[in-house]
Amino acid sequence: MQTIDMGTTELREVNSALQAAAKAQANEEYVIENPRGSHALAVGLDGTLSVRVKGPTGYYTAGMNKLATVTVEGSAGPGVAENMMSGTVVIEGDASQYAGATGRGGLLVIKGNASSRCGISMKGIDIVVHGNIGHMSAFMAQRGTLVVLGDAGDALGDSLYEARLFVRGSVKSLGADCVEKEMRPEHIELLKDLLARAGADAKPEEFKRYGSSRKLYNFNIDHADEY
Amino acid sequence: MDKTPRTEPRQSWTFSRETNAEIRRAAETGIYDIRGGGSKRRLPHFDDLLFLGASMSRYPLEGYREKCDTSVVLGTRFAKKPIELKIPITIAGMSFGALSGPAKEALGRGASLAGTSTTTGDGGMTEEERGHSEKLVYQYLPSRYGMNPDDLRRADAIEVVVGQGAKPGGGGMLLGQKITERVAGMRDLPIGIDQRSACRHPDWTGPDDLEIKILELREITNWEKPIYIKVGGARPYYDTALAVKAGADVVVLDGMQGGTAATQDVFIENVGQPTLACIRPAVQALQDLGMHRKVQLVVSGGIRNGADVAKALALGADAVSIGTAALIALGDNDPKWEGEYQKLGTTTGAYDDWHEGRDPAGITTQDPELMKRLDPIEGGRRLRNYLNVMTLECQTLARACGKSHVHNLEPEDLCALTMEAAAMTQVPLAGTNWWPGKGGF
Repeated sequence: MQTIDMGTTELREVNSALQAAAKAQANEEYVIENPRGSHALAVGLDGTLSVRVKGPTGYYTAGMNKLATVTVEGSAGPGVAENMMSGTVVIEGDASQYAGATGRGGLLVIKGNASSRCGISMKGIDIVVHGNIGHMSAFMAQRGTLVVLGDAGDALGDSLYEARLFVRGSVKSLGADCVEKEMRPEHIELLKDLLARAGADAKPEEFKRYGSSRKLYNFNIDHADEY
Repeated sequence: MDKTPRTEPRQSWTFSRETNAEIRRAAETGIYDIRGGGSKRRLPHFDDLLFLGASMSRYPLEGYREKCDTSVVLGTRFAKKPIELKIPITIAGMSFGALSGPAKEALGRGASLAGTSTTTGDGGMTEEERGHSEKLVYQYLPSRYGMNPDDLRRADAIEVVVGQGAKPGGGGMLLGQKITERVAGMRDLPIGIDQRSACRHPDWTGPDDLEIKILELREITNWEKPIYIKVGGARPYYDTALAVKAGADVVVLDGMQGGTAATQDVFIENVGQPTLACIRPAVQALQDLGMHRKVQLVVSGGIRNGADVAKALALGADAVSIGTAALIALGDNDPKWEGEYQKLGTTTGAYDDWHEGRDPAGITTQDPELMKRLDPIEGGRRLRNYLNVMTLECQTLARACGKSHVHNLEPEDLCALTMEAAAMTQVPLAGTNWWPGKGGF
C-alpha cells in the first residue's frame, strides 16, 4: 500500500503517480491523505488500481475513470465520476451536483445524498444513491441505470432517452417525456444485482420504474407544449 | 382603352416576396425553418476594409523572392506541446454525423497536406479523421457524444466549445434520417431519432467552474494539449477576457457568418454579431490583460479568401478558421449538381438543407450512395489547393505592406470603406484619420 499526503504533495504529482500506477496495471492500493477538497483528484486513471481518499474532495473527483476503484471517505464536489468509462467510484458522504454526468460505464455509488442533475446526460453508467437526489436528475439521460433509495426532486428524467430510473421513495415531479413504467421481472433482476454491488439494504420490489414515453424522440410541433 | 396613367404595381419592402413566402410556409407547416450554414444577410464584412499598401513611409517586400513567413504556434501559454502550423488557416469543427465519413477524411487529408489542423465536432472522433489528420483538435462539447479519455490523449489539442457564431446560446439538432447505426452508436442513442445537442455543458456553468474543468482536462492529458475555448460572437470583449481567466491557451471566436449543421433560420439571422465586429473587442481584451500573442486568437465566420485572412490578422488575430469555405472547396453547392438541387426545390449556391441528409454533393449526408460521390483523396487535393491559394493571397498582401511575417500586419495597414466598418474595427474611414467614436475629425 502506498500513501500520499496532499499536505506536502502537489496535485500534479499525485495524479501523475496514480495514473502511472494504473497504467502499469499493478493492482496496487493507494491511500490519499489530507485531500483538502482538491479538485480533479484521481482523474484519468486507466487500470486496475484501488485509491482510497481520506477526506472530502472538490470538483470532478475520479473524472473519466477506467477500471480503477476510487473510494472517498467523505463528500465529493460537483461532477464526481464525470464521464466515467468503467470501474467503481464510491462516495461515502454526499455528492454535489452533476454526479456521474455523461458517464459511459462503470458503477458510481453515493452513500449519502446527491444534489441536482445527478446522472445528467448519462450514457451507460450505473448510479446508485443511498439517499435522496435533487432536481433535474437524469436530464437528457441516454443509457444506463439510476437507482435512488430515497426521494427524487423536481423534474426527474426530463427529456429522457433510454436510461432506466428506479426510485424507492417519492418523486416530486417527473420531467418532460418521463413516465412511470411497469416493473417487469428483468428489472427486478437488474435491481437486485445493482443493489448488491452497491451494498444497499433494500428490496427491488420496493422501487418504481421510470422511463421515456418516447413522444419527443422525433420533433412534432404538436408536442411543443410538453417542454 | 382607358389611357389614364396608373400607379405601377409596387412590392412592399417590408412584406417582400421572400417574406410572404415564408409566412405562407409557416402557416402551412406550423414549424419554423431549419437550415444549415451561417447568416445570409448582408453584413459589414472584410470587404469593407482595404489595405493601404506600401508608400513613401512603408517599404514593400519583393513578391516571389523575399520571404513572408506564415507559420503560427497555438497553445504557448500552458501546454507542453503547442501546435505548430505552417499556415494561419485551420479547419473548423464539423461533426461526423453532420458530415459523411469521406468528407471528414477529405478535410483531414487537405489540412495535413497544407500543414494545418482540422477539428472534430459533435459526435466524437472517427478513425477516418484521426488517421488522416496530422494535427487534430478534439472538440469538448455540451453533448459529450463519444467523449472518452483515450481520444482526449490522441488529440493534438482540445477545444472546449462554449458557443458558435451561427447560434450563440443555442444547441443543435441532428434529424433522424442522419442518425444511422454508426452515428447512433457513437452517440449512445437509438437509431433514427432526432438527436438534440445541448446548449450548455452538463457539469459546469460559468468561468469559475470552467477553470476547474480545464484543470481536470489538463490533469487527464498530462498538461500536454493546448486548450482552446470557442465562443460565438456575442460579447467578444468579456467572453475573451473570461476565457483567458478560465485558463485558455487559445480563444476561438466565431462570428455570425459561421456555419452550423442545422439550426432555426430565425436564430442564425438574428443572434450574434458579425465577425468583423468581434475582432477588435477581443484583441482589446487580450491587450488589456497583457495576453495578446500569449493567448492566441483564432477568428472564424465567413472567411473566404486570402484577403479575409490578411485583414483578420491585421486586426490582431493569430489565425483564422474555415468551415463553409472548406466544404465548398470539397464540392458543396457545385454547379454540376444543379439538376439535383432543382429537384430539391433549390439551386446552386442556395442549398442549405444540410440537415436533411440528401446532399447531392455527398458531403452533408449519411446516405451510402450519396457519400460515394465524394472521393476523399480528390477532396483533400482540392482543399489543399484552396488553402495554398489563400495563403499565397495573404502573403501577397502582407508583402505589399512590407511585412516579412503575416503576423506583422496591423490595423495601421488598413482603411475602412464604410462608417460601420470603421466603427466596428476602429480603422480610419478611407481618406480620413477618424473612425466613429474617435475625436478630432
